[in-house]
Amino acid sequence: MSTLNILFAGFGGQGILFSGKFMAYEGLLADKHVSWLPSYGPEMRGGTANCSVIISDEEVGSPIVDKPDVLVVMNLPSLDKYEDAVVPGGKIFVDCSLIERKVERTDVSVYYVPATGLASEKKIPTLANMIITGKMLKELGFSLDSVDAVLGKIVSTRHQDLLSVNKDAIRAGYEL
Amino acid sequence: MGEKVLMKGNEAIAEAAIRAGCRHYFGYPITPQTEVAAYMSKRMPKIGGTFLQAESEIAAINMVIGVAATGKRVMTSSSSPGISLKQEGISYLAGCDLPALVVNVERGGPGLGGIQPSQSDYWQATKAGGHGDYHNIVLAPASVQEMAALTIKGFELADKYSMVTMILADGTMGQMMEPVEIDDIEIKTVEKPWALTGTGMARSHNIVNSLYLKPDLLEQKNFERYEKYAQIEKSEVMYEEYMMDDADICLVAFGITARVAKNAIAEARAKGIKVGLLRPITLWPFPSQALAARASQCKAFISVEMNMGQMIDDVKLAISCSRPVYLCNRVGGMIPSPEEVLDKIISVSGGAD
Repeated sequence: MSTLNILFAGFGGQGILFSGKFMAYEGLLADKHVSWLPSYGPEMRGGTANCSVIISDEEVGSPIVDKPDVLVVMNLPSLDKYEDAVVPGGKIFVDCSLIERKVERTDVSVYYVPATGLASEKKIPTLANMIITGKMLKELGFSLDSVDAVLGKIVSTRHQDLLSVNKDAIRAGYEL
Repeated sequence: MGEKVLMKGNEAIAEAAIRAGCRHYFGYPITPQTEVAAYMSKRMPKIGGTFLQAESEIAAINMVIGVAATGKRVMTSSSSPGISLKQEGISYLAGCDLPALVVNVERGGPGLGGIQPSQSDYWQATKAGGHGDYHNIVLAPASVQEMAALTIKGFELADKYSMVTMILADGTMGQMMEPVEIDDIEIKTVEKPWALTGTGMARSHNIVNSLYLKPDLLEQKNFERYEKYAQIEKSEVMYEEYMMDDADICLVAFGITARVAKNAIAEARAKGIKVGLLRPITLWPFPSQALAARASQCKAFISVEMNMGQMIDDVKLAISCSRPVYLCNRVGGMIPSPEEVLDKIISVSGGAD
């Protein structure tokens, strides 16, 4: 891996930015160059939200991911908008609890993850983002070794009780 | 070495300002710079500092004038429409020769415009946005690390020359997170014998003032200020050159567009086009001599900007129009893609080799 361009997209409130932050810290703790760029403004409060994450062996140029190697989508408008942008040979992770249609591209690897359904089943309805992130970690060849360290960085000190459920969600996705 | 942490550009500015000894922040929220104020509101009360959300941007900049006169490090931040409101106060800071840090995390304009990133306040920042003959030192960070480092440098330059330093960033720089390391940046301070600190009945009064009704005296003040500016132009220019050694074409870009330009350069070089980048870090003073030195080597210059073509004027002046200077731009909150910059490079080079 020289450079990994990841685009997370979904509705505001689904934890799109948090998942992005998780991956950025995964990269940072692996001594890579990283950048994290969110959509901002009213989008964060209910519209479509997206987040560009770049993990690279080299200095990051533009922080905007417009040709993702990896696309994670958690709503239909995001799949419609970004499906064609993924590079040939790239990977698309689809929350198939929320998106009924299939990916039309045939030159990419597609992973259908019932993240939102599984999150409700497990009584962690707000953590579908971390389930799909767990699946992505596995398919990208990341280990779970650094999960504790990364979550320790991004879960705020007043919410340390959420550490273990986040970890459970990631593991659930990883084991799919 | 301290630990690298991920921070938003806006947060890095706020944390760096606190490390630099700034204990007084006055502002008013506006997207996309609100995280600066939010960070200050959390930290300042805990370290004995002042965070004050003023009733308006105009009030905030006038509070800055008050603290600056006492010699304490002070700052305000806003985004484009709010910076327009602050221009009167910035002119008064210039007229009083007071140091302060002003941060502009630009968004698209004119008017209320939009909230997406822009570089359309270049002229306002570098050509003096308020009335009268004056300059601000203008620093253009292109990474979150530079957001921190140039904030600290900005306070240092403001104090050294007793004038306003402006950080000219944009929405992407403010909102993006990157690893940042602040502990290792050295903090320099200077004595301010002119400051209004109370005489203690031990010295005569200091006076901070911008009103000079006698024209010969006001003229003299302006001459003196421009001697200071000449010194700054001589000794404080900062820029980065990237792949310029063998370049036939020189891109000129600052902030976010410089990063897009680097992607485009990699793609152009893969096609055999010799192109490099000169990235101004100080927008005023502008790296004119560095550009002029490249005019004999490069057959053309391309100014990559997120405005309708503002810095391009300074590029043309720097090289005395001795080479063609082309514009590659997007506006209104749009960011040029590496492909758009590459297309411009290809068309200027007359096609790939």
